[in-house]
Amino acid sequence: MDLLTLLDYLIRGLSLGSIYAIIALGYTMVYGIAKMLNFAHGDVIMVGGYICFFTMSGLSSTFAEGSMAAAVVPALAGVVLSMVVCTVLGVVIEGLAYKPLRQAPSLAVLITAIGVSYFLQNAALLLWSSSPKYFSPIVGSGQLKVGPLTISHVTLVTIVACVIIMLALTSFTGRTKMGKAMRAVSEDKGAAQLMGINVNRTISMTFAIGSALAAIAGVLLCSAYPTLTPTTGSMPGIKAFTAAVFGGIGSIPGALLGGLLLGVIEIFAGAYISTQLSTAVVFGVLIIVLLVKPAGLLGKTVREKV
Amino acid sequence: MENALLNVEGINVYYGAIHAIKDVSFHVNEGEIVTLIGANGAGKTTTLQTISGLLRSKTGSITFEGKEIQHISPDKLVSHGLAQVPEGRRVFLQMSVEENLEMGAYTQPPAGVPQDLEMVFSLFPRLKERRRQVAGTLSGGEQQMLAMGRALMSHPRLLMLDEPSMGLAPILVEQIFEIIRDLNKQGSTILLVEQNAQMALSVAHRGYVLETGKVVTTGTGEELIRSPEIKKAYLGG
Repeated sequence: MDLLTLLDYLIRGLSLGSIYAIIALGYTMVYGIAKMLNFAHGDVIMVGGYICFFTMSGLSSTFAEGSMAAAVVPALAGVVLSMVVCTVLGVVIEGLAYKPLRQAPSLAVLITAIGVSYFLQNAALLLWSSSPKYFSPIVGSGQLKVGPLTISHVTLVTIVACVIIMLALTSFTGRTKMGKAMRAVSEDKGAAQLMGINVNRTISMTFAIGSALAAIAGVLLCSAYPTLTPTTGSMPGIKAFTAAVFGGIGSIPGALLGGLLLGVIEIFAGAYISTQLSTAVVFGVLIIVLLVKPAGLLGKTVREKV
Repeated sequence: MENALLNVEGINVYYGAIHAIKDVSFHVNEGEIVTLIGANGAGKTTTLQTISGLLRSKTGSITFEGKEIQHISPDKLVSHGLAQVPEGRRVFLQMSVEENLEMGAYTQPPAGVPQDLEMVFSLFPRLKERRRQVAGTLSGGEQQMLAMGRALMSHPRLLMLDEPSMGLAPILVEQIFEIIRDLNKQGSTILLVEQNAQMALSVAHRGYVLETGKVVTTGTGEELIRSPEIKKAYLGG
C-alpha cells in the first residue's frame, strides 16, 4: 500500500466519519439531557434529505443553466429549508411522543422512539414512494487537486461542516447562558429546576438543535451517497449511535471522536479487509472497546463526593 | 400569622398510601432563622420539597409574601424570591465553580451577575481561589459553600437550607453555621432543616420539632435547647 492511497482512504474515512459525528452529536446531546435514546433520529436525517431534494429539484428550473445563481440558490434554499423542517419535526416529535412519557420507565420511551422511527419511514414511503430519488450533490461534483491527491468538493465540504459545527457547539455549551443551562440540566434536572431553569424548554431546545444537525447530516450524506429512499437514514443512524456509544454517550467531544474513528475504520476495513465485512468490523471494534472501557472512549464515570 | 414571610398552613403530603406529612403548620417571619428539626424520616425534607413545589400537598395553603404558591412550578419559584440549597448540595460537578454560580443567577438580569459573583466571593473567599476549578474537585465543605453561594446568586427573600451539615467534619459544621448566622445578620431570612439539632437550635430564633410527619413541639431556639424532652430525644441526654 502506497502512502498516497493511504492518505486518500484516510480523507474519505474522515469525511464519512464527519457525517457520523454530526449525527452522533444529536444522539449524544439528547441522551445527555433527556436520558433517552432517540432512535427516530436517523429517520429525521432521511426527511432532511427529501426536503433538500425536493427544494433543489423544484428550484433548479427557475435559474439559467450554468449561472452562478443556479449553482448556489437551490442548494442553499434546500439546506435552510430542510433544517427548518427538521427542527420543527424534532420539536413536534419530542412534544407529542416523548414529553408525555417523562415519568415513564425508560423501556417505554425506547419502544416509543422505535415506533416513531417506523412511523417516519412509512410516512415517507406513503408520501414519496419507495422508488429511489437521485440526489445531486449540493456543491456539485467538482474535485480539488492538491498535488497528486484528488479530493471531491463534497468530501471537503463535509469535513469543514463538521469542524464548524463542533466549534459552534463547543462555544454554545461553554459560553452561552442557554448552553450552560443545558449542561446543568444534563447533570441534575432537579437542581437545575431549583435554579429556575425550565427543564422542558431546555429539552425541546436540545431536540431542535439535534434535529437541525440531522438535516445537515442528511444533506451531506445524500451528497456523498446519492440514492435517497425512505430507509436511507436508518443504517447511518445506527452507526452514528454506535459512534456516540463508542466515544462515550453524553459527551460532545466523544461523539466527534467516535464518529471520525468509526468512519476511518469503516473505510479502511472496506479497503484492506473486505467491503462486505466493513460493517462487521466496525461493530466488532465497538464490542472490543466497550469490553475494555464500558463508558466509551471519553465517557466519564463521575464519582459523587460525600 | 398573616404578616409572616412564609406561612405554611395545614399541609398533608402522601407518598402513594403513606401519609408522610400530617397537618403541618409553621411560619417564618422576615429576618428570622427558623429551623425544622427531627429524626431521619420525620418529614423535614418532604416539607421543604412541598414548599419548593417538587411535591404537592392535598390540603392547606402555603403562602409566600401573602401569595399562594402551591400551584407555581418549581422553576418559577426562584423568581418569586425562594431559593433552596438541596440536601446533599447537588452542585453541578462537571461545571466550574463560576459556572455553578452563574446558574444560580439564571433568573437574574446578566448585567448584575459580575457584582453578585464578587458578593459571593467575599462571603466565601475559598470559592474565589477555585473559581475556574470544576466543582467535582472541591471538598465537601467547599461544595456546601458553593451550593449556598449559588442559592444566594438569585437574591432570595427566603433561603431554605436542607441539611447543610450533612457529611461534614465537625470543624466545617461549625464554620457553615457561622456563615448561616452571618448571612442572617446581613438580612437573609433562613429556613433551616437539620438533623443536627444542637447546632440548628443554637443559631435559630425559633424551631419546630417534627416527629413522624407531625409538629410536636415549637418554641424559641433557647427554649427548645433547654427542654428536657428535646434534650433526651435529640441532643443526646
